[in-house]
Amino acid sequence: MNKRRAILIFIPFAWLLIFFAVPLFMAFKISLSHSVTAIPPYAPTFGLSEGWAGFKDALSRLTLDNYRFLISDSLYLKAYLSSVGVALKATILTLLVGYPMAYGMARATPQTRMVLLFLVILPFWTSFLVRIYSWIGILSNEGMLNQLFMFLGLTDGPIKMLNTPFAIYIGIIYAYLPFMVLPLYATLEKMDLSLNEAAMDLGCSRPKAFWLVTVPLSLPGIVAGCFLVFIPAIGEFVIPTLLGGSSKLMIGKVLFEEFFSNRDWPLAAAVAVVLLLLLVVPIVLFQRSQEFEQNKELQR
Amino acid sequence: MNTQMSWVNKLSVTLGFMFLYVPMVIVVIYSFNKSKLVTIWGGWSIKWYGELARNEAFLSSAIISFKIALVVATLAVILGAMAAFVLVRAGRFWGRTLFSALIYAPLVMPPVITGLSMLLLFIGVNLDRGMNTIIIAQTTLAISFVAVVIASRLLSYDQALDEAALDLGATHFETFRLVTLPIIAPAVISGWLLAFSMSLDDLVIASFTSGPNATTLPLRLYSTVRSGVSPQINALSTIVIAIVSLGMLSAWLITVRSHRRMQANEGIAD
Repeated sequence: MNKRRAILIFIPFAWLLIFFAVPLFMAFKISLSHSVTAIPPYAPTFGLSEGWAGFKDALSRLTLDNYRFLISDSLYLKAYLSSVGVALKATILTLLVGYPMAYGMARATPQTRMVLLFLVILPFWTSFLVRIYSWIGILSNEGMLNQLFMFLGLTDGPIKMLNTPFAIYIGIIYAYLPFMVLPLYATLEKMDLSLNEAAMDLGCSRPKAFWLVTVPLSLPGIVAGCFLVFIPAIGEFVIPTLLGGSSKLMIGKVLFEEFFSNRDWPLAAAVAVVLLLLLVVPIVLFQRSQEFEQNKELQR
Repeated sequence: MNTQMSWVNKLSVTLGFMFLYVPMVIVVIYSFNKSKLVTIWGGWSIKWYGELARNEAFLSSAIISFKIALVVATLAVILGAMAAFVLVRAGRFWGRTLFSALIYAPLVMPPVITGLSMLLLFIGVNLDRGMNTIIIAQTTLAISFVAVVIASRLLSYDQALDEAALDLGATHFETFRLVTLPIIAPAVISGWLLAFSMSLDDLVIASFTSGPNATTLPLRLYSTVRSGVSPQINALSTIVIAIVSLGMLSAWLITVRSHRRMQANEGIAD
Protein backbone atom coordinates (compact mmCIF):
# COMPACT_ATOMS: atom_id res chain seq x y z
CA MET A 1 0.00 0.00 0.00
CA ASN A 2 2.74 2.42 0.93
CA LYS A 3 4.71 1.55 -2.16
CA ARG A 4 1.62 2.23 -4.27
CA ARG A 5 1.22 5.60 -2.58
CA ALA A 6 4.88 6.46 -3.10
CA ILE A 7 4.64 5.71 -6.83
CA LEU A 8 1.41 7.69 -7.10
CA ILE A 9 3.11 10.70 -5.56
CA PHE A 10 6.44 10.28 -7.30
CA ILE A 11 5.36 10.23 -10.97
CA PRO A 12 3.42 13.51 -11.20
CA PHE A 13 5.77 15.14 -8.71
CA ALA A 14 8.83 14.26 -10.76
CA TRP A 15 7.18 15.38 -14.01
CA LEU A 16 6.26 18.78 -12.59
CA LEU A 17 9.65 19.25 -10.97
CA ILE A 18 11.55 18.41 -14.14
CA PHE A 19 9.32 20.22 -16.62
CA PHE A 20 8.02 23.11 -14.57
CA ALA A 21 10.27 23.94 -11.61
CA VAL A 22 13.64 23.20 -13.21
CA PRO A 23 12.90 25.30 -16.35
CA LEU A 24 11.92 28.26 -14.18
CA PHE A 25 15.15 27.89 -12.28
CA MET A 26 17.06 27.73 -15.56
CA ALA A 27 15.34 30.88 -16.79
CA PHE A 28 16.47 32.58 -13.61
CA LYS A 29 20.02 31.34 -14.07
CA ILE A 30 20.19 32.43 -17.71
CA SER A 31 18.85 35.85 -16.77
CA LEU A 32 22.12 36.25 -14.84
CA SER A 33 24.32 35.41 -17.82
CA HIS A 34 25.14 37.52 -20.86
CA SER A 35 24.33 37.17 -24.52
CA VAL A 36 26.96 35.74 -26.91
CA THR A 37 26.93 34.72 -30.55
CA ALA A 38 27.10 30.98 -30.09
CA ILE A 39 24.94 27.95 -29.48
CA PRO A 40 23.44 28.29 -26.94
CA PRO A 41 23.48 32.09 -27.28
CA TYR A 42 24.42 32.85 -23.69
CA ALA A 43 27.42 32.52 -21.41
CA PRO A 44 28.60 31.18 -19.04
CA THR A 45 27.23 27.66 -19.34
CA PHE A 46 27.47 25.16 -16.52
CA GLY A 47 29.01 21.92 -17.71
CA LEU A 48 29.56 18.88 -15.53
CA SER A 49 32.81 18.11 -17.37
CA GLU A 50 34.73 21.07 -15.96
CA GLY A 51 34.20 19.89 -12.40
CA TRP A 52 34.02 22.02 -9.27
CA ALA A 53 36.56 24.61 -10.42
CA GLY A 54 34.64 25.14 -13.67
CA PHE A 55 31.45 25.49 -11.70
CA LYS A 56 32.95 28.09 -9.40
CA ASP A 57 34.39 29.95 -12.37
CA ALA A 58 31.04 30.01 -14.18
CA LEU A 59 29.33 31.10 -10.98
CA SER A 60 31.65 34.05 -10.61
CA ARG A 61 30.90 35.18 -14.17
CA LEU A 62 27.15 35.51 -13.51
CA THR A 63 26.06 39.14 -13.40
CA LEU A 64 23.08 41.31 -12.65
CA ASP A 65 23.78 43.31 -15.82
CA ASN A 66 20.50 42.36 -17.48
CA TYR A 67 18.54 43.63 -14.52
CA ARG A 68 20.58 46.84 -14.44
CA PHE A 69 19.81 47.26 -18.13
CA LEU A 70 16.09 46.68 -17.55
CA ILE A 71 16.08 49.48 -14.98
CA SER A 72 18.23 51.88 -16.97
CA ASP A 73 16.37 51.50 -20.29
CA SER A 74 13.05 53.29 -19.92
CA LEU A 75 11.49 51.08 -22.63
CA TYR A 76 11.11 48.16 -20.24
CA LEU A 77 9.82 50.22 -17.35
CA LYS A 78 7.29 51.78 -19.71
CA ALA A 79 6.26 48.37 -21.00
CA TYR A 80 5.75 47.03 -17.46
CA LEU A 81 3.79 50.07 -16.38
CA SER A 82 1.62 50.17 -19.48
CA SER A 83 0.91 46.42 -19.16
CA VAL A 84 -0.29 46.92 -15.61
CA GLY A 85 -2.28 50.00 -16.66
CA VAL A 86 -3.92 48.28 -19.62
CA ALA A 87 -4.71 45.19 -17.55
CA LEU A 88 -6.21 47.32 -14.78
CA LYS A 89 -8.39 49.42 -17.08
CA ALA A 90 -9.45 46.39 -19.10
CA THR A 91 -10.41 44.58 -15.88
CA ILE A 92 -12.63 47.44 -14.76
CA LEU A 93 -14.24 47.66 -18.19
CA THR A 94 -14.84 43.90 -18.22
CA LEU A 95 -16.47 44.19 -14.81
CA LEU A 96 -18.73 46.97 -16.09
CA VAL A 97 -19.77 44.85 -19.08
CA GLY A 98 -19.97 41.59 -17.15
CA TYR A 99 -21.85 42.67 -14.05
CA PRO A 100 -25.16 43.68 -15.68
CA MET A 101 -24.95 40.53 -17.80
CA ALA A 102 -24.39 38.21 -14.83
CA TYR A 103 -27.06 40.06 -12.87
CA GLY A 104 -29.61 39.67 -15.65
CA MET A 105 -28.70 35.99 -16.10
CA ALA A 106 -29.22 35.30 -12.40
CA ARG A 107 -32.77 36.62 -12.68
CA ALA A 108 -33.81 34.45 -15.60
CA THR A 109 -35.98 31.35 -15.19
CA PRO A 110 -34.02 28.19 -14.31
CA GLN A 111 -34.37 26.78 -17.85
CA THR A 112 -33.22 30.01 -19.49
CA ARG A 113 -30.38 30.22 -16.99
CA MET A 114 -29.07 26.81 -18.12
CA VAL A 115 -29.09 27.96 -21.75
CA LEU A 116 -27.45 31.30 -20.97
CA LEU A 117 -24.78 29.60 -18.87
CA PHE A 118 -24.04 27.29 -21.79
CA LEU A 119 -23.77 30.30 -24.10
CA VAL A 120 -21.24 31.97 -21.76
CA ILE A 121 -19.08 28.85 -21.55
CA LEU A 122 -19.17 28.08 -25.29
CA PRO A 123 -16.82 30.91 -26.40
CA PHE A 124 -14.33 29.78 -23.75
CA TRP A 125 -13.95 26.49 -25.64
CA THR A 126 -13.74 28.17 -29.04
CA SER A 127 -10.29 28.95 -30.33
CA PHE A 128 -8.83 32.07 -28.74
CA LEU A 129 -7.08 32.96 -32.01
CA VAL A 130 -10.29 32.65 -34.01
CA ARG A 131 -12.12 34.90 -31.59
CA ILE A 132 -9.43 37.58 -31.67
CA TYR A 133 -9.19 37.22 -35.45
CA SER A 134 -12.90 37.92 -35.79
CA TRP A 135 -12.30 41.46 -34.51
CA ILE A 136 -9.70 42.30 -37.17
CA GLY A 137 -12.40 42.24 -39.83
CA ILE A 138 -14.67 44.40 -37.69
CA LEU A 139 -12.22 47.06 -36.54
CA SER A 140 -10.05 47.57 -39.63
CA ASN A 141 -10.36 50.71 -41.76
CA GLU A 142 -12.44 48.93 -44.38
CA GLY A 143 -14.09 46.84 -41.67
CA MET A 144 -17.69 46.26 -40.69
CA LEU A 145 -17.84 48.98 -38.05
CA ASN A 146 -16.38 51.71 -40.26
CA GLN A 147 -18.71 50.69 -43.11
CA LEU A 148 -21.62 50.96 -40.72
CA PHE A 149 -20.48 54.37 -39.44
CA MET A 150 -20.05 55.71 -42.96
CA PHE A 151 -23.39 54.27 -44.07
CA LEU A 152 -25.08 56.02 -41.16
CA GLY A 153 -23.23 59.20 -42.07
CA LEU A 154 -21.54 59.43 -38.69
CA THR A 155 -18.16 59.95 -40.30
CA ASP A 156 -16.82 60.81 -43.75
CA GLY A 157 -13.59 58.86 -43.68
CA PRO A 158 -12.76 55.66 -41.77
CA ILE A 159 -11.91 56.00 -38.09
CA LYS A 160 -8.70 54.21 -37.19
CA MET A 161 -9.62 51.55 -34.65
CA LEU A 162 -7.42 48.56 -35.43
CA ASN A 163 -3.84 48.97 -34.14
CA THR A 164 -4.94 51.35 -31.40
CA PRO A 165 -5.20 50.84 -27.61
CA PHE A 166 -8.99 50.83 -28.10
CA ALA A 167 -8.69 47.57 -30.04
CA ILE A 168 -6.58 46.05 -27.25
CA TYR A 169 -9.26 46.87 -24.69
CA ILE A 170 -11.98 45.43 -26.92
CA GLY A 171 -9.89 42.30 -27.40
CA ILE A 172 -9.25 41.76 -23.68
CA ILE A 173 -12.88 42.41 -22.71
CA TYR A 174 -14.07 40.09 -25.44
CA ALA A 175 -11.62 37.28 -24.66
CA TYR A 176 -11.97 37.36 -20.87
CA LEU A 177 -15.65 38.25 -20.43
CA PRO A 178 -16.64 34.63 -19.61
CA PHE A 179 -14.03 34.57 -16.80
CA MET A 180 -15.70 37.62 -15.30
CA VAL A 181 -19.31 36.57 -15.83
CA LEU A 182 -19.03 33.04 -14.39
CA PRO A 183 -17.86 33.88 -10.83
CA LEU A 184 -20.19 36.91 -10.73
CA TYR A 185 -23.11 34.77 -11.80
CA ALA A 186 -22.22 32.13 -9.19
CA THR A 187 -22.47 34.63 -6.33
CA LEU A 188 -25.47 36.54 -7.71
CA GLU A 189 -27.42 33.37 -8.38
CA LYS A 190 -27.37 32.09 -4.81
CA MET A 191 -28.11 35.50 -3.31
CA ASP A 192 -31.21 35.84 -1.17
CA LEU A 193 -33.42 38.48 -2.80
CA SER A 194 -35.50 38.98 0.34
CA LEU A 195 -32.55 40.95 1.72
CA ASN A 196 -33.06 43.42 -1.10
CA GLU A 197 -36.79 43.57 -0.43
CA ALA A 198 -36.10 44.15 3.26
CA ALA A 199 -33.81 47.06 2.40
CA MET A 200 -36.46 48.58 0.17
CA ASP A 201 -39.18 48.04 2.77
CA LEU A 202 -37.00 49.94 5.20
CA GLY A 203 -36.92 52.88 2.85
CA CYS A 204 -33.98 52.29 0.51
CA SER A 205 -34.48 53.32 -3.08
CA ARG A 206 -33.83 50.61 -5.67
CA PRO A 207 -30.39 51.91 -6.71
CA LYS A 208 -29.42 52.42 -3.09
CA ALA A 209 -30.51 48.89 -2.17
CA PHE A 210 -28.48 47.59 -5.09
CA TRP A 211 -25.43 49.55 -4.00
CA LEU A 212 -25.72 48.77 -0.27
CA VAL A 213 -26.95 45.16 -0.41
CA THR A 214 -26.39 43.47 -3.76
CA VAL A 215 -22.91 44.81 -4.52
CA PRO A 216 -21.36 43.98 -1.10
CA LEU A 217 -22.90 40.50 -1.19
CA SER A 218 -21.49 39.84 -4.65
CA LEU A 219 -18.04 41.07 -3.64
CA PRO A 220 -16.47 37.56 -3.64
CA GLY A 221 -17.57 37.15 -7.28
CA ILE A 222 -16.25 40.60 -8.18
CA VAL A 223 -12.88 39.86 -6.58
CA ALA A 224 -12.54 36.44 -8.23
CA GLY A 225 -13.63 37.72 -11.65
CA CYS A 226 -11.27 40.71 -11.52
CA PHE A 227 -8.26 38.56 -10.66
CA LEU A 228 -9.15 36.03 -13.36
CA VAL A 229 -9.08 38.84 -15.94
CA PHE A 230 -6.22 40.93 -14.53
CA ILE A 231 -3.62 38.18 -14.09
CA PRO A 232 -3.67 36.78 -17.64
CA ALA A 233 -4.16 40.24 -19.18
CA ILE A 234 -0.78 41.51 -17.88
CA GLY A 235 1.24 38.91 -19.76
CA GLU A 236 -1.05 38.90 -22.81
CA PHE A 237 0.78 38.56 -26.10
CA VAL A 238 -1.70 37.64 -28.85
CA ILE A 239 -4.18 40.50 -28.33
CA PRO A 240 -1.66 43.40 -28.31
CA THR A 241 0.12 41.92 -31.33
CA LEU A 242 -2.89 41.19 -33.53
CA LEU A 243 -5.20 44.03 -32.52
CA GLY A 244 -2.89 46.64 -30.99
CA GLY A 245 -0.13 46.68 -33.60
CA SER A 246 2.64 48.93 -32.34
CA SER A 247 0.27 51.31 -30.58
CA LYS A 248 0.94 50.10 -27.08
CA LEU A 249 3.95 48.50 -25.45
CA MET A 250 3.04 45.42 -23.49
CA ILE A 251 5.51 43.28 -21.63
CA GLY A 252 4.41 39.93 -23.09
CA LYS A 253 5.07 41.30 -26.55
CA VAL A 254 8.43 42.82 -25.54
CA LEU A 255 9.50 39.45 -24.12
CA PHE A 256 8.48 37.68 -27.32
CA GLU A 257 10.33 40.14 -29.53
CA GLU A 258 13.43 40.20 -27.33
CA PHE A 259 13.55 36.45 -27.68
CA PHE A 260 12.62 35.81 -31.30
CA SER A 261 13.67 39.01 -33.11
CA ASN A 262 16.65 40.25 -31.10
CA ARG A 263 17.61 36.76 -29.94
CA ASP A 264 18.82 38.18 -26.63
CA TRP A 265 17.93 35.20 -24.46
CA PRO A 266 19.43 36.37 -21.17
CA LEU A 267 17.56 39.67 -21.41
CA ALA A 268 14.31 37.90 -22.35
CA ALA A 269 14.79 35.62 -19.32
CA ALA A 270 15.33 38.66 -17.10
CA VAL A 271 12.14 40.23 -18.47
CA ALA A 272 10.31 36.97 -17.65
CA VAL A 273 11.69 36.89 -14.09
CA VAL A 274 10.60 40.47 -13.44
CA LEU A 275 7.18 39.79 -14.96
CA LEU A 276 6.86 36.83 -12.63
CA LEU A 277 7.81 38.94 -9.60
CA LEU A 278 5.23 41.49 -10.71
CA LEU A 279 2.57 38.79 -10.78
CA VAL A 280 3.43 37.22 -7.43
CA VAL A 281 1.53 39.90 -5.51
CA PRO A 282 -1.83 39.59 -7.34
CA ILE A 283 -1.53 35.79 -7.47
CA VAL A 284 -0.91 35.49 -3.72
CA LEU A 285 -3.75 37.92 -3.01
CA PHE A 286 -6.04 35.87 -5.24
CA GLN A 287 -5.11 32.59 -3.51
CA ARG A 288 -5.70 34.21 -0.11
CA SER A 289 -9.13 35.50 -1.09
CA GLN A 290 -10.11 32.08 -2.48
CA GLU A 291 -9.00 30.34 0.71
CA PHE A 292 -10.90 32.92 2.76
CA GLU A 293 -14.08 32.22 0.79
CA GLN A 294 -13.61 28.46 1.14
CA ASN A 295 -13.23 28.73 4.90
CA LYS A 296 -16.36 30.86 5.08
CA GLU A 297 -18.21 28.19 3.08
CA LEU A 298 -16.99 25.48 5.45
CA GLN A 299 -18.05 27.38 8.54
CA ARG A 300 -21.62 27.62 7.27
CA MET B 1 -33.56 34.28 -6.47
CA ASN B 2 -36.64 35.85 -7.92
CA THR B 3 -37.13 34.95 -11.53
CA GLN B 4 -38.54 38.19 -12.84
CA MET B 5 -36.35 39.75 -15.50
CA SER B 6 -36.94 43.47 -15.78
CA TRP B 7 -36.46 45.09 -19.18
CA VAL B 8 -33.07 46.38 -17.97
CA ASN B 9 -32.00 42.80 -17.20
CA LYS B 10 -33.21 41.61 -20.57
CA LEU B 11 -31.45 44.44 -22.35
CA SER B 12 -28.10 43.89 -20.60
CA VAL B 13 -28.21 40.14 -21.19
CA THR B 14 -29.12 40.65 -24.86
CA LEU B 15 -26.38 43.24 -25.42
CA GLY B 16 -23.82 41.11 -23.60
CA PHE B 17 -24.55 38.05 -25.70
CA MET B 18 -24.63 40.10 -28.89
CA PHE B 19 -21.15 41.33 -28.03
CA LEU B 20 -20.00 37.73 -27.49
CA TYR B 21 -21.59 36.25 -30.60
CA VAL B 22 -21.90 38.87 -33.36
CA PRO B 23 -18.15 38.82 -34.24
CA MET B 24 -18.24 35.05 -34.64
CA VAL B 25 -21.45 35.17 -36.65
CA ILE B 26 -19.86 37.72 -38.99
CA VAL B 27 -16.88 35.42 -39.56
CA VAL B 28 -19.22 32.52 -40.32
CA ILE B 29 -21.33 34.55 -42.76
CA TYR B 30 -18.33 36.00 -44.58
CA SER B 31 -16.79 32.57 -44.99
CA PHE B 32 -19.59 31.99 -47.54
CA ASN B 33 -18.80 35.22 -49.36
CA LYS B 34 -18.21 34.82 -53.10
CA SER B 35 -16.08 37.95 -53.34
CA LYS B 36 -12.35 37.77 -52.86
CA LEU B 37 -12.51 41.13 -51.11
CA VAL B 38 -13.21 40.26 -47.52
CA THR B 39 -15.22 43.36 -46.73
CA ILE B 40 -17.52 43.41 -49.75
CA TRP B 41 -20.41 41.01 -50.07
CA GLY B 42 -20.52 39.29 -53.44
CA GLY B 43 -23.18 36.62 -52.95
CA TRP B 44 -23.14 33.15 -51.42
CA SER B 45 -20.49 30.59 -52.29
CA ILE B 46 -18.66 27.68 -50.72
CA LYS B 47 -15.57 28.02 -52.86
CA TRP B 48 -13.29 29.03 -49.96
CA TYR B 49 -13.97 25.71 -48.29
CA GLY B 50 -12.80 24.02 -51.48
CA GLU B 51 -9.65 26.12 -51.51
CA LEU B 52 -9.07 25.34 -47.85
CA ALA B 53 -9.40 21.61 -48.52
CA ARG B 54 -6.73 21.91 -51.21
CA ASN B 55 -4.40 23.93 -48.96
CA GLU B 56 -1.69 21.37 -48.14
CA ALA B 57 -0.03 23.56 -45.52
CA PHE B 58 -3.17 23.93 -43.45
CA LEU B 59 -4.08 20.27 -43.83
CA SER B 60 -0.73 19.00 -42.64
CA SER B 61 -0.76 21.47 -39.75
CA ALA B 62 -4.24 20.31 -38.76
CA ILE B 63 -3.05 16.69 -38.73
CA ILE B 64 0.01 17.60 -36.63
CA SER B 65 -2.18 19.53 -34.19
CA PHE B 66 -4.64 16.66 -33.81
CA LYS B 67 -1.89 14.13 -33.21
CA ILE B 68 -0.28 16.36 -30.58
CA ALA B 69 -3.61 17.11 -28.89
CA LEU B 70 -4.50 13.39 -28.67
CA VAL B 71 -1.21 12.53 -26.97
CA VAL B 72 -1.27 15.60 -24.73
CA ALA B 73 -4.84 14.99 -23.55
CA THR B 74 -4.17 11.33 -22.79
CA LEU B 75 -0.89 11.95 -20.96
CA ALA B 76 -2.35 14.89 -19.06
CA VAL B 77 -5.38 12.88 -17.94
CA ILE B 78 -3.20 10.07 -16.59
CA LEU B 79 -0.76 12.39 -14.80
CA GLY B 80 -3.48 14.85 -13.78
CA ALA B 81 -5.65 12.11 -12.30
CA MET B 82 -2.66 10.84 -10.31
CA ALA B 83 -2.00 14.38 -9.10
CA ALA B 84 -5.65 14.78 -8.14
CA PHE B 85 -5.56 11.58 -6.07
CA VAL B 86 -2.40 12.83 -4.37
CA LEU B 87 -4.00 16.20 -3.60
CA VAL B 88 -7.20 14.74 -2.19
CA ARG B 89 -6.24 11.37 -0.72
CA ALA B 90 -2.52 11.07 -0.06
CA GLY B 91 -2.61 12.93 3.25
CA ARG B 92 0.61 14.48 4.49
CA PHE B 93 3.93 13.68 2.92
CA TRP B 94 7.30 15.32 2.59
CA GLY B 95 7.08 18.12 0.02
CA ARG B 96 3.30 18.36 0.00
CA THR B 97 3.29 22.17 0.00
CA LEU B 98 5.70 22.20 -2.95
CA PHE B 99 3.53 19.62 -4.71
CA SER B 100 0.38 21.73 -4.50
CA ALA B 101 2.33 24.83 -5.49
CA LEU B 102 3.52 22.96 -8.60
CA ILE B 103 -0.10 22.08 -9.41
CA TYR B 104 -1.56 25.55 -8.90
CA ALA B 105 1.26 27.75 -10.23
CA PRO B 106 0.88 26.78 -13.93
CA LEU B 107 -2.79 27.80 -13.76
CA VAL B 108 -1.88 31.44 -13.28
CA MET B 109 1.55 31.57 -14.91
CA PRO B 110 1.57 33.63 -18.13
CA PRO B 111 2.22 31.24 -21.03
CA VAL B 112 5.08 33.44 -22.28
CA ILE B 113 7.03 32.57 -19.12
CA THR B 114 6.18 28.87 -19.18
CA GLY B 115 7.06 28.65 -22.87
CA LEU B 116 10.31 30.52 -22.56
CA SER B 117 11.60 28.55 -19.57
CA MET B 118 10.52 25.28 -21.17
CA LEU B 119 12.56 26.12 -24.25
CA LEU B 120 15.59 26.99 -22.14
CA LEU B 121 15.37 23.53 -20.58
CA PHE B 122 15.15 21.80 -23.95
CA ILE B 123 18.15 23.77 -25.23
CA GLY B 124 20.03 23.06 -22.00
CA VAL B 125 19.66 19.29 -22.36
CA ASN B 126 20.06 19.40 -26.14
CA LEU B 127 16.65 17.98 -27.00
CA ASP B 128 15.70 18.45 -30.66
CA ARG B 129 12.65 20.61 -30.93
CA GLY B 130 9.58 19.25 -32.67
CA MET B 131 6.38 17.42 -31.84
CA ASN B 132 7.85 15.79 -28.74
CA THR B 133 8.88 19.01 -27.11
CA ILE B 134 5.47 20.58 -27.82
CA ILE B 135 3.83 17.52 -26.27
CA ILE B 136 5.96 17.72 -23.12
CA ALA B 137 5.37 21.46 -22.71
CA GLN B 138 1.62 21.38 -23.31
CA THR B 139 1.17 18.30 -21.12
CA THR B 140 2.93 20.02 -18.22
CA LEU B 141 0.47 22.90 -18.40
CA ALA B 142 -2.57 20.68 -18.95
CA ILE B 143 -1.81 18.45 -15.92
CA SER B 144 -2.75 21.29 -13.58
CA PHE B 145 -6.09 21.93 -15.24
CA VAL B 146 -6.99 18.24 -15.34
CA ALA B 147 -5.90 17.79 -11.71
CA VAL B 148 -8.16 20.62 -10.56
CA VAL B 149 -11.16 19.25 -12.47
CA ILE B 150 -10.73 15.68 -11.17
CA ALA B 151 -9.81 16.78 -7.62
CA SER B 152 -13.05 18.73 -7.29
CA ARG B 153 -14.95 15.55 -8.16
CA LEU B 154 -12.89 13.43 -5.74
CA LEU B 155 -13.64 15.81 -2.87
CA SER B 156 -17.29 14.78 -2.88
CA TYR B 157 -16.50 11.10 -3.50
CA ASP B 158 -17.70 8.69 -0.83
CA GLN B 159 -14.67 6.56 0.03
CA ALA B 160 -16.89 3.99 1.76
CA LEU B 161 -17.67 2.71 -1.75
CA ASP B 162 -14.03 1.78 -2.29
CA GLU B 163 -13.77 0.22 1.15
CA ALA B 164 -16.87 -1.86 0.46
CA ALA B 165 -15.36 -3.16 -2.78
CA LEU B 166 -12.10 -4.01 -1.02
CA ASP B 167 -13.99 -5.77 1.81
CA LEU B 168 -15.84 -7.82 -0.76
CA GLY B 169 -12.54 -9.12 -2.08
CA ALA B 170 -11.72 -6.82 -4.98
CA THR B 171 -8.06 -5.98 -5.52
CA HIS B 172 -6.95 -2.35 -5.50
CA PHE B 173 -6.81 -2.33 -9.27
CA GLU B 174 -10.26 -3.90 -9.63
CA THR B 175 -11.69 -1.41 -7.16
CA PHE B 176 -10.25 1.44 -9.18
CA ARG B 177 -11.41 0.03 -12.52
CA LEU B 178 -14.89 -1.14 -11.48
CA VAL B 179 -15.88 1.35 -8.77
CA THR B 180 -13.81 4.53 -8.65
CA LEU B 181 -13.24 5.12 -12.35
CA PRO B 182 -16.88 4.75 -13.49
CA ILE B 183 -17.96 7.21 -10.80
CA ILE B 184 -15.37 9.87 -11.60
CA ALA B 185 -15.62 9.21 -15.37
CA PRO B 186 -17.49 12.46 -16.17
CA ALA B 187 -14.69 14.48 -14.54
CA VAL B 188 -12.04 12.41 -16.33
CA ILE B 189 -13.77 12.95 -19.67
CA SER B 190 -14.15 16.70 -19.17
CA GLY B 191 -10.52 16.86 -18.07
CA TRP B 192 -9.50 15.07 -21.25
CA LEU B 193 -11.59 17.38 -23.42
CA LEU B 194 -10.21 20.44 -21.64
CA ALA B 195 -6.62 19.30 -22.21
CA PHE B 196 -7.43 18.41 -25.83
CA SER B 197 -8.94 21.78 -26.65
CA MET B 198 -6.19 23.65 -24.79
CA SER B 199 -3.59 21.84 -26.83
CA LEU B 200 -5.42 22.50 -30.11
CA ASP B 201 -5.68 26.17 -29.22
CA ASP B 202 -2.22 26.80 -27.81
CA LEU B 203 -0.13 29.33 -29.69
CA VAL B 204 2.33 30.82 -27.22
CA ILE B 205 3.85 27.67 -25.74
CA ALA B 206 3.97 26.01 -29.15
CA SER B 207 5.82 28.96 -30.67
CA PHE B 208 8.59 28.57 -28.11
CA THR B 209 8.83 24.78 -28.20
CA SER B 210 8.11 23.83 -31.81
CA GLY B 211 10.73 22.93 -34.35
CA PRO B 212 10.97 23.23 -38.13
CA ASN B 213 8.80 20.19 -38.86
CA ALA B 214 6.12 20.80 -36.29
CA THR B 215 4.06 23.78 -37.39
CA THR B 216 0.79 23.35 -35.53
CA LEU B 217 -2.49 24.80 -36.77
CA PRO B 218 -2.45 27.83 -34.40
CA LEU B 219 1.12 28.62 -35.47
CA ARG B 220 0.13 28.48 -39.15
CA LEU B 221 -3.06 30.42 -38.46
CA TYR B 222 -1.18 33.09 -36.55
CA SER B 223 1.39 33.72 -39.24
CA THR B 224 -1.39 33.97 -41.86
CA VAL B 225 -3.60 36.18 -39.71
CA ARG B 226 -0.78 38.65 -39.10
CA SER B 227 -1.03 39.62 -42.75
CA GLY B 228 -4.75 40.37 -42.42
CA VAL B 229 -8.17 38.88 -43.00
CA SER B 230 -8.65 36.28 -45.71
CA PRO B 231 -11.69 34.32 -46.85
CA GLN B 232 -9.86 31.02 -46.35
CA ILE B 233 -9.20 31.86 -42.70
CA ASN B 234 -12.88 32.73 -42.34
CA ALA B 235 -13.73 29.26 -43.65
CA LEU B 236 -11.23 27.62 -41.29
CA SER B 237 -12.59 29.62 -38.34
CA THR B 238 -16.12 28.57 -39.25
CA ILE B 239 -15.11 24.92 -39.20
CA VAL B 240 -13.50 25.38 -35.77
CA ILE B 241 -16.59 27.17 -34.44
CA ALA B 242 -18.88 24.48 -35.86
CA ILE B 243 -16.89 21.60 -34.35
CA VAL B 244 -16.69 23.23 -30.92
CA SER B 245 -20.38 24.19 -30.91
CA LEU B 246 -21.55 20.73 -31.96
CA GLY B 247 -19.28 19.01 -29.44
CA MET B 248 -20.33 21.29 -26.61
CA LEU B 249 -23.99 21.08 -27.51
CA SER B 250 -24.01 17.28 -27.50
CA ALA B 251 -22.03 17.16 -24.25
CA TRP B 252 -24.51 19.60 -22.73
CA LEU B 253 -27.55 17.67 -23.91
CA ILE B 254 -26.10 14.44 -22.50
CA THR B 255 -25.50 16.10 -19.12
CA VAL B 256 -28.97 17.61 -19.03
CA ARG B 257 -30.56 14.28 -19.90
CA SER B 258 -28.58 12.28 -17.33
CA HIS B 259 -29.39 14.98 -14.78
CA ARG B 260 -33.12 14.60 -15.55
CA ARG B 261 -32.84 10.81 -15.34
CA MET B 262 -31.11 11.08 -11.98
CA GLN B 263 -33.85 13.36 -10.71
CA ALA B 264 -36.49 10.95 -12.02
CA ASN B 265 -34.78 8.02 -10.26
CA GLU B 266 -34.66 9.96 -7.03
CA GLY B 267 -38.37 10.62 -7.44
CA ILE B 268 -39.00 6.87 -7.66
CA ALA B 269 -36.84 6.22 -4.61
CA ASP B 270 -38.89 8.67 -2.59
